[in-house]
Amino acid sequence: MDRTLRLIPAAPVDHLARTIEALLVVASLPLSAEELAEAADDDVARVEEALETLSSRYSEGASGIVLERVAGGYAFRASRDAAEACGRLFERPVQRGLSQAALETLAIVAYLGPCTRPEIARVRGVASDSTLAGLVERGLVAEAGREDGPGGAVRYRTTALFERVFGLESLSELPRLDDLGDDLETIRERLHEVAEQRPA
Amino acid sequence: MLVRELELDLDAFEGPLDLLLTLVLKEELDLAEVDVAGIIVAFVERLAERDELDLDACGEFLVLVAALLELKARGLFPDEDAELAELEPEEAAEELARRLAEYRRAKQGAAWLAERLETERDRFFRLGPAPLAPRPERRLAPQEPQLLAAALRALAVEPPPVSLAHMALRFPPVVQFLERFRAVLRRRRRFDFDAEVAGLSRVETAVAFLALLELRKSGEISIDQARPFAPIRVARAGEDSARDDERTPEWTVRSA
Repeated sequence: MDRTLRLIPAAPVDHLARTIEALLVVASLPLSAEELAEAADDDVARVEEALETLSSRYSEGASGIVLERVAGGYAFRASRDAAEACGRLFERPVQRGLSQAALETLAIVAYLGPCTRPEIARVRGVASDSTLAGLVERGLVAEAGREDGPGGAVRYRTTALFERVFGLESLSELPRLDDLGDDLETIRERLHEVAEQRPA
Repeated sequence: MLVRELELDLDAFEGPLDLLLTLVLKEELDLAEVDVAGIIVAFVERLAERDELDLDACGEFLVLVAALLELKARGLFPDEDAELAELEPEEAAEELARRLAEYRRAKQGAAWLAERLETERDRFFRLGPAPLAPRPERRLAPQEPQLLAAALRALAVEPPPVSLAHMALRFPPVVQFLERFRAVLRRRRRFDFDAEVAGLSRVETAVAFLALLELRKSGEISIDQARPFAPIRVARAGEDSARDDERTPEWTVRSA
């Protein structure tokens, strides 16, 4: 009983919360606290307070709509309970899985981006033009300006959609990958052996 | 038109295109010094000399020039493999290990993403383009559909027939002058053409002149002119109009 009352308080912040709800239900992209504050004509601190209230109201188990922090902002999504039903009616943003080449390219762009085609090709050892074009088409990767200097190559970065599909609040949520440990040592030793056998 | 026989006159090379290609492929000629734009200009000039577009030649040329440009472009960048080959074995191994490590990291990242994609499969959210801020849109003032209809009607009206009046020169029949000149010659033995047609329009004068030629052709008259642009004297056939030149004043008086 207490709990229900707490969810519908008569405090002024509740009015703000309703406004934010409305903004989020109309938006098709995550909105930052700053954007919400500007639209609601209120200050960011109060907006964040209201978002907290909304987050507990719209959470897994409590509601079919879930408010989440994603891609640098706030957005509504369907609760996981409803995923099966949603799947019958709607396509997933990435319905068909991604090929190994696409995943590798996506990883390079996500970790090293913004980066150019030649940089991607250099890491993968093969040209990745069509793979990259496919990712751009799926909206997971987008152009992000050019390298400095005349004729600089186009740079690519991951999009907000990428972060939403993978459920990332930001790219900094990607796990660190420098922990290769013994693997790298093994490679190095084997290469040294091969190199020494090479005719001078 | 044979593309390979295209004659070139470039700074670095003079001769047919196929020789240039041979020399380049044998590395006897440095492609960096060849002005590829010059080759294209030569081809386009040759193409322009022809009336018909030779699509086969164009296609062949395009392929050749594209290959040349790719070769040239590659030549302008340092060869990565050669770079690696120049390194000491230690360094080469180090470099390769570095690259492999980088690739391993990319693969590791890809594996994480694949896993994540699987666990986050059940994410459904609204997607679609939604401009965040209202874009200043140019609002169109309310329009009257009748105006559009009127504009269309004005366009649909059949244009007035083009007048060809200016093209129809009024030629009086030649016969008219034939008869007129015959009549004059029945009254007098000679007359002065210029005096006879004085006051007529340019076209009528021309037709009158045709009538004169017609009469001369049928041998009814003789024509005489002292010099170009001098008055044309006309006389009945058999009577020499020139002979009367000295007596013109008298003739004029008589005819008057």
